[in-house]
Amino acid sequence: MGLLAFELAYWQQTVIKMLVVAVAVPGAAFVLGYVFLFKMLSFMQSRLGPMEAGPYGTLQLIADGVKFLQKEDILPDRADRFVFKAAPAVVLISTFLLFVVIPAGPNAIVEDLGVGIFFALAVSSLSVLGVLMAGWASANKFSLMGGLRATGQLIAYELPLVLAVVGVVIQAGTLSMQGIVNAQSGGEIFGWGGLGNPFLLTQFLGLVIFMIAVQAELTQVPFDMPVAESELVGGYHVEYTGFRFLFFFMGEFGTAFAFAAIAATLFLGGWALPDSWGVSGTAMHVLGPIILVAKVMILSFFVFWVRFTYPRFREDQLQQLAWKVLIPLSLVNIVATGILKVAF
Amino acid sequence: METTFDLPANIAFGVIAVAIIVAAIRVVTTRNIVHAALWLVVVLGGVGAIYILLQAEFVAVVQYLVYIGAIVVLFLFGIMLTRAPLGEMLDLTNRTMRVGAIITAVILVTIMVFSVVDSFRDEEVDFIAYSGDVAAAQTFADLSAEEQETVLDEVAAIGAEGTDLGPVGRTETVSDSIFRDYLIPFEVISALLLAALIGAIVIARRD
Repeated sequence: MGLLAFELAYWQQTVIKMLVVAVAVPGAAFVLGYVFLFKMLSFMQSRLGPMEAGPYGTLQLIADGVKFLQKEDILPDRADRFVFKAAPAVVLISTFLLFVVIPAGPNAIVEDLGVGIFFALAVSSLSVLGVLMAGWASANKFSLMGGLRATGQLIAYELPLVLAVVGVVIQAGTLSMQGIVNAQSGGEIFGWGGLGNPFLLTQFLGLVIFMIAVQAELTQVPFDMPVAESELVGGYHVEYTGFRFLFFFMGEFGTAFAFAAIAATLFLGGWALPDSWGVSGTAMHVLGPIILVAKVMILSFFVFWVRFTYPRFREDQLQQLAWKVLIPLSLVNIVATGILKVAF
Repeated sequence: METTFDLPANIAFGVIAVAIIVAAIRVVTTRNIVHAALWLVVVLGGVGAIYILLQAEFVAVVQYLVYIGAIVVLFLFGIMLTRAPLGEMLDLTNRTMRVGAIITAVILVTIMVFSVVDSFRDEEVDFIAYSGDVAAAQTFADLSAEEQETVLDEVAAIGAEGTDLGPVGRTETVSDSIFRDYLIPFEVISALLLAALIGAIVIARRD
């Protein structure tokens, strides 16, 4: 709140922060859904995509959202009522909590927790619970299969996700997200500080492992066994309609945005410009969010590019990639980073 | 400033404690095995909330990552992989469990009363929010100007790391005690867990 001439009380700050996150999650889902799911996918397939609702179809997702809200809230006859209703909320809460530790400027962070990145990884693992609850409570064998596949996949890719981050944490020497940003903007490459020291250069392997694991965590193609339409209709959310389905949609795209923002913070320097450029802190309050969103869009582009390009993995290929390739590679990365950290 | 009774923290503790107890009772009395696992999530989440209340941030996050994100999820995965009936399973609770419950409760209460009395005697303990408490302020005032400067620098360094937690909550303290003071027990436990893991694989293999 450094820009304001007056201090806000703690509860006022908390209310503002909650409102910002409450807007940020649907906003992020909206932007990614429109730019990539509607427009980029259409262009890759030589078509225009939605063009009618608003200029260039920009309001299409809002129209879809309103449509979802109007639909009947169907509850399967044999479903476990409470668990069925609670499951989408669990997934969405996990997404909301992810946004708590993402820094978008010198002060633009809900709470710069000391355990920052570790907190983000912990709350992202809670969404598995919602997926399992949804799969089981729907009383549908396709849902249950989808839930089980999703869980097996998320457990397997949780490990490379966490291990890929360890290299960055060793290099930055802190778990705090702002600390990691500062370590990069204030860093030097062999005494030359012209670009800071984005961990993209030293932790490139970490970035690749992280992004592959994110793809799997989001159950995006090629890791879409849990929601494979041709086999399971829709996996764990096959019985969901209306606003509960909208919750899952927002959870998926909101999490995609959050993970892209976390990757941008960990590997691309986050909201900051290199210290040696001498941009004032006041300017960064405005520039920070713009820089962060630009980096998020670049990383999301890769996520969706892969999604629209590759065919689906088989279950055994998927598990082998995690356990036999990504986890050993990330362990090697940790050992190498540790040795170099001590050596330099 | 004699009293340090922190009313909000005590109220929060009360609410969380009641939620944990109710959920814990539901874990053993519910007749739906998946519901039991989900009530367990509430219990473990409540314990995590108490860690946060005690300002042990790192331990709280580990609680959520390991217990809820991994262990309960594996429970549920195992249950659903084998059998996951939607209705009630009548054989999940029976009369003999009351005997077991009474015995366990007596043992638990005995151990807890003993350990609480043994460690605190007649001290009065409240939830005290970490603060520059009276004694610390006095100690600080007694220091020379130079020493005061060093302390302020240290405080500023901690502030730059984005944490104003008490010494217990800081991640550095946790890692220092695990990898310095308790390194050997820590490694022994890792070896034990590895052995258990290999044992499980050997038992599960059919060839």
